[in-house]
Amino acid sequence: MSSASLAASLLVGLTRLITGVQVRWAGCEPRVCQRLYYANHSSHLDTIVIWSALPSALRNHTAPVAAADYWECSRLRRFLAREVFHAVLINRGAGARDALARISAALSLGNSLIFFPEGTRGNGATVGELKAGLYHIARDHPMIELVPVYLQNLNRILPKGEILPVPLVGNATFGAPLPRVADESREDFLRRARAALVELGDKR
Amino acid sequence: MNVVANRDMYVLLAGVVTLLVLSSLTGMVLARRVAAPSGQAVVANLNARVRAWWVMTAVFVAALATGGIGSVLLFGLTSFLALREFITLTPTHRADHRTLFWAFFVFLPIQYALVAMQWYGLFAIFIPVYAFLLVPVRSVLAGDTEDFLARTAKIQWGLMIAVYCVSYAPALLMLQIPGYVGRNATLLFYLIVVVQLSDVMQYVFGKTLGRHPVAPTVSPNKTVEGTVGGIAAATLVGGSLWWATPFGFWQALAISLLICLAGFAGGLCMSAIKRDRGVKDFGSLIEGHGGVLDRIDSLCFAAPLFFHVVRYWYT
Repeated sequence: MSSASLAASLLVGLTRLITGVQVRWAGCEPRVCQRLYYANHSSHLDTIVIWSALPSALRNHTAPVAAADYWECSRLRRFLAREVFHAVLINRGAGARDALARISAALSLGNSLIFFPEGTRGNGATVGELKAGLYHIARDHPMIELVPVYLQNLNRILPKGEILPVPLVGNATFGAPLPRVADESREDFLRRARAALVELGDKR
Repeated sequence: MNVVANRDMYVLLAGVVTLLVLSSLTGMVLARRVAAPSGQAVVANLNARVRAWWVMTAVFVAALATGGIGSVLLFGLTSFLALREFITLTPTHRADHRTLFWAFFVFLPIQYALVAMQWYGLFAIFIPVYAFLLVPVRSVLAGDTEDFLARTAKIQWGLMIAVYCVSYAPALLMLQIPGYVGRNATLLFYLIVVVQLSDVMQYVFGKTLGRHPVAPTVSPNKTVEGTVGGIAAATLVGGSLWWATPFGFWQALAISLLICLAGFAGGLCMSAIKRDRGVKDFGSLIEGHGGVLDRIDSLCFAAPLFFHVVRYWYT
């Protein structure tokens, strides 16, 4: 076992112990196809929870899109981001064009991605407005499935500004892939994508 | 504390395994006979429960077999999972975060360390005195006064029920009972068998004979027939197992009745909490049963009483 795969199993086990995350596939099955999982964002745990929720066959081909300034600031985080998650690191200062180019490059390798379209962590109570990034990715890659993932309770487990987590049971609900609509305006698309996410949360 | 190597324990274990085999066979027969969809759902749930019982029995026996430390670790983990379920259902504030961290990673481990060290004096007061006072202090330092009493009380309740009360089960291993030296693990086994059998028999009598709800506003599934039949059956079994305990027959019967009644009260109180929070189960970790707290709600109330009865009259 390499140190990366050892770290991966350790991280998955630890995540399940702390967050006891209950995974529900309500609208699609965990199958191998190229997807963009987009989720509401309220905690640093969000990425790893979605990643741990996936069966290992899918997990190995799914990379989170994450902020370089957070994941490159220490050796441990850099190791995790590069060797374990194979994250697509986005430089927040370099502009949207650079970020989209990196995401497109990752998708062209055939990988699935985990993406937080709000751009930053919210308060956990409501889903914020989605940024344009999701629209551009969807438009440039018409064949990938856009799967909404609603995360609940993770902001209680590790709120903004805290370092130490509190063990609580969290939920990750995977919804049905967002239907594609031809010639949809950016605003309409983003409104629809956000509504799909909010609806998943309300269903609970 | 060498454990399984005593005859009583083997006999108890053989009894439990026989019961499980019978339950599995009954489940298989029912699965073939019952045709109605609603009945099939009940049978499927029954079989899931029996499968989970096999796993829980195996884990519990393995923990007992490793000696005292295995039991302490098993109940410590049980407390951890139960507290996790309890706090998840409790609407705590952002300001409670550090307090909760203390509950999970300081108070809980210390309580079980005290059990492992067999330090009775501190074990008995650590959570009711020290944790009780430190919880509001840590929360008030965070500065949020909204719902302060309710938030604090909920965390204190979680610690008492999921940690303090549960830790009384492995604490049985620290009692020095004259004439019963080195056999305390059998007493722990006895407690679990009687309390859980009471739950199981209440379920069986309720499903077969149950007509009249006993507490319709709290727990609609509990019936008078199930409650009385289950408690009576478990009490009789508990009495007839007196030879595995330091008690005589009538004493074992009375103590069994006490812990079965306490268990029933525990189930009722925990149901009231679930009802108030609008959920059916505390979790979904144990297939067919719900969460860990759903399975141990009766033990939470029975274990402390059992411990103190034994400690007062038999040590």
